[in-house]
Amino acid sequence: MRIHEYQAKRLFADYGIPVAPSRPAMSVDEAVAAADELGLPVVVKAQIHAGGRGKGGGIVLAKTSDEVREAADRILDAPLVTHQTGPEGRIVKTLLIETASRIADELYLGMVVDRARREIAVMASRAGGVDIEETARETPDAILKEWIDPTIGLRPFQAFRLAHRLGLSGKTARGVAGIVRALFALFCGLDASLAEINPLAIDEDGAPIAIDAKLNLDDNGLFRHPELAELRDLNEEDPLEVEATSVNLNYIKLDGNVGCLVNGAGLAMATMDLIQHVGARPANFLDVGGGATAEMIEKGFRILIADPDVEAVFINIFGGILRCDILAEGVVAAAKAVDLDVPVIVRLEGTNVEAGREILNRSGVAFRTATDLADAAEKVAAAVKGAA
Amino acid sequence: MSILIDDRTAVLVQGITGNEGRFHTEQMREYGTKIVAGVTPGKGGQDVDGTPVFDTVAEGVRETGANASIIFVPPAFAADAILEAAEAGIELIVCLTEGIPPLDMIDVRRYLDGRGTKLVGPNTPGLISPGSCKLGVMAGYIHKPGPIGILSRSGTLTYEVVHQLTELGIGQSTCVGIGGDPIVGLSFAELIPMFEADPDTEGIVLIGEIGGSAEEEAAALIAEHVSKPVVAFIAGQTAPPGRRMGHAGAIITGGAGTAAAKMDALRATGVRVIESPAEIGAAMVESVAG
Repeated sequence: MRIHEYQAKRLFADYGIPVAPSRPAMSVDEAVAAADELGLPVVVKAQIHAGGRGKGGGIVLAKTSDEVREAADRILDAPLVTHQTGPEGRIVKTLLIETASRIADELYLGMVVDRARREIAVMASRAGGVDIEETARETPDAILKEWIDPTIGLRPFQAFRLAHRLGLSGKTARGVAGIVRALFALFCGLDASLAEINPLAIDEDGAPIAIDAKLNLDDNGLFRHPELAELRDLNEEDPLEVEATSVNLNYIKLDGNVGCLVNGAGLAMATMDLIQHVGARPANFLDVGGGATAEMIEKGFRILIADPDVEAVFINIFGGILRCDILAEGVVAAAKAVDLDVPVIVRLEGTNVEAGREILNRSGVAFRTATDLADAAEKVAAAVKGAA
Repeated sequence: MSILIDDRTAVLVQGITGNEGRFHTEQMREYGTKIVAGVTPGKGGQDVDGTPVFDTVAEGVRETGANASIIFVPPAFAADAILEAAEAGIELIVCLTEGIPPLDMIDVRRYLDGRGTKLVGPNTPGLISPGSCKLGVMAGYIHKPGPIGILSRSGTLTYEVVHQLTELGIGQSTCVGIGGDPIVGLSFAELIPMFEADPDTEGIVLIGEIGGSAEEEAAALIAEHVSKPVVAFIAGQTAPPGRRMGHAGAIITGGAGTAAAKMDALRATGVRVIESPAEIGAAMVESVAG
């Protein structure tokens, strides 16, 4: 789960990571009032779940109340386009108004779960700021790393060594080492999957301060932190995806023309690959899981065909725990309830397959049934050609 | 023959008194798996359809000689269940639980390092040596004993491949689901040498997916140590970066873990990489025949 900078900074403050005074604002008036309260100059920062906000015009230094008003008016309720949002951008609903810091130097600090080493990796660089991704790509040696042995955790010497390797000394080194330890405590304490401070600024007095805050929480750890669930911002998610999640379906909207409904994540990805292999493009990823009910299948099917780009639907089920007759009942109910105007190719195999096929055949709906994956591939290709 | 499990495997079921544990225990027994014990803390002394239930794994092992365990417990308690089984000296642990926090699995993996215990999963359908032992939730009837070893990060996609092979008349030695999570027990690179050494395995199917570097590690190992034909498929060729495709492990991050990179790494070592999931079985049959 991704959260906003202003939410992450509250959590940072809870763990003792220094951040500048700030207030969230949902309107132009709130933005101006926040700036008055904090004192000028301030930085007006668009809150969206994507990076590259500065380059996209979503982060503005404002020296007067009028400049705050002008920036807030321009950014709020308008789309912000960055290299991570896609061409349509994201509508900005919230601003963060933050006291401007006097910055002498910009570092980078990040933490992730390193899957290959099965440890948390701490990353740091002198080359903080907007071009860290380029630095990582072109001069990977400029990113320093420490891996954390889970039996002893992150030790003070390791945090200080990292600061030392960054070329820092004195109170700045001690301050940065303290932030490394605090961020690690936060990472473990909140079950994060990614935590980044970029830039981690050093001010004119040599004190470090987190200018930005990026925090992704691991979905599988959320059960330990029910209080964090409310940080989820549904405005940042596709409405069809939100609807799917509400009934425990795993749906991701893509930009193709063949909708697909599959049980199991691996088979769902393979089904998308198959669709592309025959010259069409998958419109979505939809994994209905192992324990789907007829109601969930019906809901999933409705979500699929609610996508206006869908020209054909491909249902690919290898029944195990999910029985083919349950699947068939759900699909038939959904197909009868909506005005179905696209071809539906169905491939069923596995538990209760005969009963499932029988339900489809008796339904009166013109499903195109496939005997195996190769046959299904041909029928999907033919359906899309027919629609074009 | 087979790898990891056979008709001598004596199984203890952790979480046997839950709905899923009870149902699949019966299914495994029907397939022929030797189920000797169950464990649910606080329910020792009961029995589930004739299987004695113990309070602790250590007691179950002591009383029944169980050498493998299968775990059906919720995510909040699953890491603890793995540690308990390892501490009790279980040789092979299969953890089916989906949704274990990755930070828990970091600790578990470190504890298992250097011990004799092998872990399959978590977030796996388990493993099966057709005809002798099923330690998982896959439908037994689609399998058939034979010469193909299968390794996979996915569940239903594995069933698809097994079904293709069985329909073509060729059976399987052992099918192992390594699990769909970012941090799992036995990796492709650890399992492939077992298949290479198994005299009854003639060919290997590797079913990978986007995310992580398990397939690249497997490729490096295959180049050095494997003489048997290997066919591979990587799911998620069409998946966009930054989106988690169902499995917690299936996500392309920062340009790493793409299907293209994995397919290239495997091809470079002589593995036959298949692009269409409809053609995996036929390719494997062709490779062992030729």
